[in-house]
Amino acid sequence: MWRIVHQFGSPPWVYRFCDRVIPWLLPLTVVALLVGSAWGLLFAPTDYKQGDSYRIIYIHVPASVVALAGYYVMASAGLVSLVWRVKLADTAMRAAAPIGAAYTAIALVTGAIWGKPTWGAWWVWDARITSMLILFFLYVGVMALFEAYENKTIAARACAILSLVGTVNIPIIYKSVDWWYSLHQPASIKFTGSSAIDTSMLYPLLGMIVTFYVLFALLMMLNIKQSLTQEYAHSAWLHKRLND
Amino acid sequence: MAPERADASLAHYCIRQTGRHLLLLVRSPGEIVNPLLFFLLVIILFPLGLGPDPEMLSALAPGIVWVVALLANVMLCMRLFADDFADGSLEQLAMANIPLAVAVLPQLLASWLASGFLLSLVSPLFGLMLGLPLSVAPILMASLLMGTLIMLLLGAVGAALTVGIQRGGMLLSLLILPLYVPVLIVGTRSLTEAVGGGDPAVALALLGAGVTGGLVLSPVAIAAGLRVSLEL
Repeated sequence: MWRIVHQFGSPPWVYRFCDRVIPWLLPLTVVALLVGSAWGLLFAPTDYKQGDSYRIIYIHVPASVVALAGYYVMASAGLVSLVWRVKLADTAMRAAAPIGAAYTAIALVTGAIWGKPTWGAWWVWDARITSMLILFFLYVGVMALFEAYENKTIAARACAILSLVGTVNIPIIYKSVDWWYSLHQPASIKFTGSSAIDTSMLYPLLGMIVTFYVLFALLMMLNIKQSLTQEYAHSAWLHKRLND
Repeated sequence: MAPERADASLAHYCIRQTGRHLLLLVRSPGEIVNPLLFFLLVIILFPLGLGPDPEMLSALAPGIVWVVALLANVMLCMRLFADDFADGSLEQLAMANIPLAVAVLPQLLASWLASGFLLSLVSPLFGLMLGLPLSVAPILMASLLMGTLIMLLLGAVGAALTVGIQRGGMLLSLLILPLYVPVLIVGTRSLTEAVGGGDPAVALALLGAGVTGGLVLSPVAIAAGLRVSLEL
């Protein structure tokens, strides 16, 4: 079992692993995205209250879920990099940040698009929206800190510390924003009101959530592979690998 | 150093270092006075921008005071480790026979005494200018006392991570402002509760919890951040 763990610390092995998995994962993700979107956007029943505008949840909810999970992926990689000084964990952490930020941005934008016809406003200071916006800034902060350092090994350590501090803070931020919201206005529109979601709507949603997770993994691998190509441009193993 | 003397020397060190940092601050009074002046000036800007209506101002006062305290804190954090980093004393600290997480505490204490502590002492004055009732003054002072300390502890992590970067000021604000959100929310909540006749105890207790948690966790993160910046 430990051998498998150790293998993930070896750049040539991970490079080969990505090379092997991506050709399978890429078409699979594309098909899943197409099927999931078609199912959610065309075949799932229309909501009796919101009409067809609700269908954006098939993008919005998966993006939000994975955006938050992505932060923990990044922070876990940061922890591994800090404690065991595994260089590939740095690469993984760096790969996760822009993807997570993009997911967060998608969640915010789709939320705004949905909010306009449903709530009548592009932006509402709802607890969840605000938390999501702060999460976006946490991602951007990690990316900006990484760019600011010349020495990328040092940069990765700094980002790891920052993402761990963020990890401690995310639940506190979430709770406090929840509390703040309850002060400002009563929950006129409950985000979580649709707890009794019908299975005909739930299954495509779950499918899309899984697909977005897989998409995250795929993008991570592509990103890691690209970083490795850059980082080890002068290494013998990479030349051998590319010439094969 | 003999191990049995380690504890005594640690306390000795902390007292002497706090004294040193305070002395440095007293010898350059601008460092103490400027944040207070900044606080005052920005507070003056709000009535000028929003209009002098006392009712509206007192409704906005908790938010204004806290946002301005937060900004003053960010400005303080930008300079926090800069001098000690530039003249190399930070490097000496990191290599000394004391855990770095403890070694930074005197600096934090001195900075807080010269900024957050003073700010809380004069804050009722600013509160009065914005139309906060005098009865709220103790809550205002208590919440700012604890809130500025939490913000300093959080901001110091960002300061430690960015001290080695040229022109890291804007970056620092980007890193730490999202982390300040809970402090801002809980701090203003304590005031709005007090003004509205509610019970500010919950918010104050949360701030106290923040101070305790921050004092335990953040020195570790600060030390780790400084080691990164010093490339040790």
